[in-house]
Amino acid sequence: MSLLWRLIRRDLQLMAGRPGEWLMPLMFFLLVAILLPFAIGPEPRLLARLAPGLLWVGALLASLMPVSGLFALDAADGTLDQLAVRGIATETLATARMLALWIGFGLPLLLAAPLAAMLLNLEADVLLKLLPGLAAGTLGLSALAVVAASVTLGARGGGGLVALLVVPLAIPVLLFGSRPMEPGAPGLALASSLLLAAVAPFAAGAALRAGRG
Amino acid sequence: MAAPDFHALANPLRFQRLAVALTPWLLALGLGFLAVGLGIGLFVAPPDYLQGETVRILYVHVPSAWFAMGGYLGMMLASLAAMIWKHPLASLSVRAIAPVGATFAAICLVTGSIWGRPTWGTWWVWDGRLTSMLVLFLLYLGVIALIHLHDDKARGLKMAGVLAVVGSINLPIIKFSVEWWNTLHQPASIRLSGSSIHPDMLTPLMFSAVGFLLLFAALVFMRMRALIAEQRLEVRSLRRVARAG
Repeated sequence: MSLLWRLIRRDLQLMAGRPGEWLMPLMFFLLVAILLPFAIGPEPRLLARLAPGLLWVGALLASLMPVSGLFALDAADGTLDQLAVRGIATETLATARMLALWIGFGLPLLLAAPLAAMLLNLEADVLLKLLPGLAAGTLGLSALAVVAASVTLGARGGGGLVALLVVPLAIPVLLFGSRPMEPGAPGLALASSLLLAAVAPFAAGAALRAGRG
Repeated sequence: MAAPDFHALANPLRFQRLAVALTPWLLALGLGFLAVGLGIGLFVAPPDYLQGETVRILYVHVPSAWFAMGGYLGMMLASLAAMIWKHPLASLSVRAIAPVGATFAAICLVTGSIWGRPTWGTWWVWDGRLTSMLVLFLLYLGVIALIHLHDDKARGLKMAGVLAVVGSINLPIIKFSVEWWNTLHQPASIRLSGSSIHPDMLTPLMFSAVGFLLLFAALVFMRMRALIAEQRLEVRSLRRVARAG
């Protein structure tokens, strides 16, 4: 457990040293919320109706942003090889990175969500029901980001490829998460997120190991 | 009964011989079954009492849906085999199956859309089944893109294998979620439930399904042969370069 914690702490310290990494997805998320009223008009009731879905789409798109740097830096400077030489399982590394991303990406997003909700005129009671789903859903999105980062490591194609891989797999989380007022949906959002979080470390671990040759 | 010796097929040459022998048969039989199925379906089978003549697109639409899904399952099993046994042909068959399966999914989506226009009055509805087929199509595209966007081919195949397995774990969840969402928002749509199909329509459907299956197999075998040939060409040119240098 302490190894996992040390890896998470390393990731978070690196993230703190590079504020762009967690600020940019956050900025992107807020920009999506700012963009909507311009596109569909400032009518408050319409905005409120669209807000939960839009916040989720914003979160999903924002989660694509950190993917390209998630393992690329560690691969370039030899950290991945270093960890492999020390006998640290790629699955452990993937788990740590997923949890670090959840903290570094999900937490700021949760803090920004009330601001975005205010911009979109979302009722407080809907927001309060949306937030737990977003907290769970960002774990699922972080899991998918880690999988996408591990399988695209060294590939061309950039953000478009990442989006193509993540979007289809993120549909259940998006679908259940963006309906906080419907019975059963929050529980199913949590369940589909947890499933992704359970599968991702093994998939990403296998991909990282295969990538080492 | 002895278990079939799959390891014998791990030898590309032996596989090649088998594929060369089987491909023309699969192709001819597939086209034959398809011709019979579509012939009966388009000209002999009765029109639907509710949907009229438009129902005949069923004989293309339903088999392509089945084998788009079956193809994904096959691709997932091949990926698992490639991961577990490092079976070189298994990982090659992921590459062979992916575009064929994607094409079948595309056929299913296009025919579904054409069918939807007269029956539902629109080219596209976010019906549960249509939507999950769309997601399946996107999963196929992801696998294909991943194979081609890695400069290192072997690496691309391994990564595509991981993605295919993750996708297949998620596929039931996606299907469930989409159906949950659909039944909530779109209570009634025209659907055929499997058991309620009249034999006059079931017979051509089965013929056409067998035709699609054999064609699928023939196309995959043809692609496998092309990919093996490509690999050998590469090895040969590398050897030539090595000899010259």
